[in-house]
Amino acid sequence: MNTIPKFLLHNQQKNPHSPAIWEKKLGIWHQLSWAQLADEVRVVAAVLLLEGVKRGDYVGLLGENRPHLFSAMAAIQWIGGVVVPLYTDTNAQELVKPIQNVNISFVFVENQEQVDKLLSLMPQCPNLRRVVFDDELGMRHYKQSQLISYDALLSKGRHHLAEVSAQLDSELQRGSGIDPAALFFSSGTTGSALGVVQTHEALIERVQAAIKSEGIGSNDTSLAYLPPAWLAQHVFAYVIPMVSGSCVCCPESSETMLYDMREIGPTIFLAPPRVLEALLTQVSIRINDTGGMKRNIYDACMAVAKRVGTKIASGDSVSFTDRMKYSLGDMVIYGPLRDVLGMGRVRKAYCLGESIGPDLLLFYRSLGINLKQVYGSVEMGLFATLQERDPGLSNSLGKPAPGLELRLSPEGEVFLRGTNQFSGYHQDAESTRMRTDADGWFNTGDVGWVNEQGELHLFGRKQDIGSLSNGGYFAPKAIENKLKFSIYINEAVLVGKNRDAVCALVDIDADAAGNWADKQGLAYTGFTDLVALDEVSRLIGEVITETNAELANDPKSMHLQIQRFILLPKRLDVDDGEVTRLRKVRREAILQRYASLIEALYDGSTVGYFNAPVRHEDGSADRISAKIKIGNAQIFTTSPSQKAA
Amino acid sequence: MDALVQTHNHTPGVSQRAFPIGAPILELDNVSLRFGGVKALTNISFNVLEHEIRAIIGPNGAGKSSMLNVINGVYRPQEGTIKMRGELLTEMTPNRAAEIGISRTFQNIALFKGMTVLDNIMAGCSLRENANFLEIAFQLPRARREETENREKVERIIEFLQIEHIRKTPVKRLPYGLQKRVELGRALAAEPKILLLDEPMAGMNIEEKQDMCRFILDVNDHFGTTVVLIEHDMGVVMDLSDRVVVLDYGKKIGDGPPDEVRNDPEVIKAYLGVAD
Repeated sequence: MNTIPKFLLHNQQKNPHSPAIWEKKLGIWHQLSWAQLADEVRVVAAVLLLEGVKRGDYVGLLGENRPHLFSAMAAIQWIGGVVVPLYTDTNAQELVKPIQNVNISFVFVENQEQVDKLLSLMPQCPNLRRVVFDDELGMRHYKQSQLISYDALLSKGRHHLAEVSAQLDSELQRGSGIDPAALFFSSGTTGSALGVVQTHEALIERVQAAIKSEGIGSNDTSLAYLPPAWLAQHVFAYVIPMVSGSCVCCPESSETMLYDMREIGPTIFLAPPRVLEALLTQVSIRINDTGGMKRNIYDACMAVAKRVGTKIASGDSVSFTDRMKYSLGDMVIYGPLRDVLGMGRVRKAYCLGESIGPDLLLFYRSLGINLKQVYGSVEMGLFATLQERDPGLSNSLGKPAPGLELRLSPEGEVFLRGTNQFSGYHQDAESTRMRTDADGWFNTGDVGWVNEQGELHLFGRKQDIGSLSNGGYFAPKAIENKLKFSIYINEAVLVGKNRDAVCALVDIDADAAGNWADKQGLAYTGFTDLVALDEVSRLIGEVITETNAELANDPKSMHLQIQRFILLPKRLDVDDGEVTRLRKVRREAILQRYASLIEALYDGSTVGYFNAPVRHEDGSADRISAKIKIGNAQIFTTSPSQKAA
Repeated sequence: MDALVQTHNHTPGVSQRAFPIGAPILELDNVSLRFGGVKALTNISFNVLEHEIRAIIGPNGAGKSSMLNVINGVYRPQEGTIKMRGELLTEMTPNRAAEIGISRTFQNIALFKGMTVLDNIMAGCSLRENANFLEIAFQLPRARREETENREKVERIIEFLQIEHIRKTPVKRLPYGLQKRVELGRALAAEPKILLLDEPMAGMNIEEKQDMCRFILDVNDHFGTTVVLIEHDMGVVMDLSDRVVVLDYGKKIGDGPPDEVRNDPEVIKAYLGVAD
């Protein structure tokens, strides 16, 4: 089997009545079996043929994680089309480029909101001839000839299914592994997003290796809650279930994800660090809200977990008393907590998208959740490395996947090369040349090292790493991760490259800091007001001082202590270009945008002024201006632990 | 404020509304209401057409809430008549109003604070249940069937109002804007012909207002529900409603489409004051 639709039919024959997809609708979970899914896919594929979609055509998808989206994807691939999942929160103008570049004429969309976007683009994208919408709410008034509902599409397909039946079978057989399966856009942390084509073979081989190494099978369940346009989510929600015959669950909406996860109890869980941070923040806020006794039990148990939890998980020797304490803790705290987090049945949890702080990783591991880091990129595919051991080293990413070679440059830059990987960016030879050399090695842009077992470890992005003006080494990511482990800090961006000191821009967590301010009896009206409170600035100052103390413990990181910081007057926002659609920080953009505040951090001022336009999700513009005090953190000249001794 | 919502009438590329405005569904004729010597309403006459969104506006103390309370049967006017579909409504009480298809929301939210969102909206369905007390108490087939049917109906309302994530949350823990939405949900659960909304957007921020406007338009468009609403925010009223009644000191001083009312000197005088 060399294409994904062939796997679909294989599952249909092997386990016709096993669940392929669970979907929560109107408060109730509904099951879609492999047989039902395959039938639906065949009908949609029939309509696509009737509508004139040809082998090699690119078909856009602007939808949430819904069974209809997955059926559409399989149907497109059935007849040899290429799926192009797009982010649903993109505004209309940002969609023009992908639609024009890839020449998309046929799009499956979620609802009225997406239809409105596409209708407004029709003059700029004359080739756009068909828009299929799933949710019919509010659509009755739309009479444009390009529009058709998914249900109408299905009934049209059923009506004509017999006419194209033979053609459907032959199209399926014609599909081969080297056909392009999907086109994804890179996350765009460093520039505009670039399109990358993944072939069936590339997706399937990698997933097969992962399935083998991780033991994923038809009894596994995962939850599809991240944007379907993200390669990792596409692999987890679509490719893995198809290839392994496992089941994927669609939550009601992104807001209900936590409740739905608790109900369904997935066995495989995929999360970028920001989701793990947000879950931890929620738990911490709720623990802070409870009274003395419960909190004491929680703190005591978590201290035990932190001390011995990971050792027990990796089978190291632990004293009998500690084992007893840990099992008691598992009964009263860890077990129930795993359950509340919806991770009660999780066998394998994967963290990817960005490097995760060791504190955060250890928190989940000490609870008994088997959380591993995975490495991958749009260009080289997901599971570029695999960690065969459970639970594996905490900060390693594992060994390169079968068929993939890894090479480090003298400066530690990570290069990857694979047999059927990455044939270049879509219609962008210039960018392709910049990232690949003549021998086909792809420059990941990451810097790392390889341990004795051949496992990859990462320092961070090459372009973020540099030196201070006094020559000291500067690698911000690890320190930022330390800061972010505080529940009061949502995101931190360190400045210091080519400067005489390290300073921080801090995006506070409005929920946690707001909850804290409420408890202190502090009055504030909104985010900007909360940030301006001296007490909040002092609170963040304490977190930074703690981090400085840790940094001072090691002579190698002594010079990286954070001297001054400033709290950002607004949350980092996708629509202002400060973070990517996956909420990854776009460092260059932030340094530019907050240049006035950064100058104030270094020129001896006590306050900084910020005045800049902001954009709302609907595309409308506004302006924000604020005056923000600069906070000073405590600096340690000798190691604090030595002083104590 | 003009761009707060896009009204269904002006959206480009969109056809006429699904439920065209019909005959008068509610007619008030010379209604007067007094509390002792205080005249709350004086000789008010206007009608509400089927499937329209009708706004009642006016400064503080103009008698807007009294007007709604008269339609709803909370107060009985000393003079004047109210007809629904040409039928004279005498002996009107809030219960009777609910039975003939008039639902309402309140200026100060009146939900069961300790109950979940789901239970609050389920409570709105109870009027349409036929099972008697014993059948419900012993969960006999009819009661069970009705409960299942109602639950599905309520789930559709929850989906419609996009409040799935707070389905099981007690109402008292919700922010104000969401409580207002839940109250709208409970009113909808009774499948009303006429929906009375008492300041549905009071105390909301701009985003909550936009959401609420969209829900009101959707309710009207989707179910064809006739909406009578009281509102302070002129911008909202002008964008949302088909016709507007203006009250001042218990008297009607204007009546007509929003554009006409906006330019009426009497209305401008009552709202903004006039420099002589």
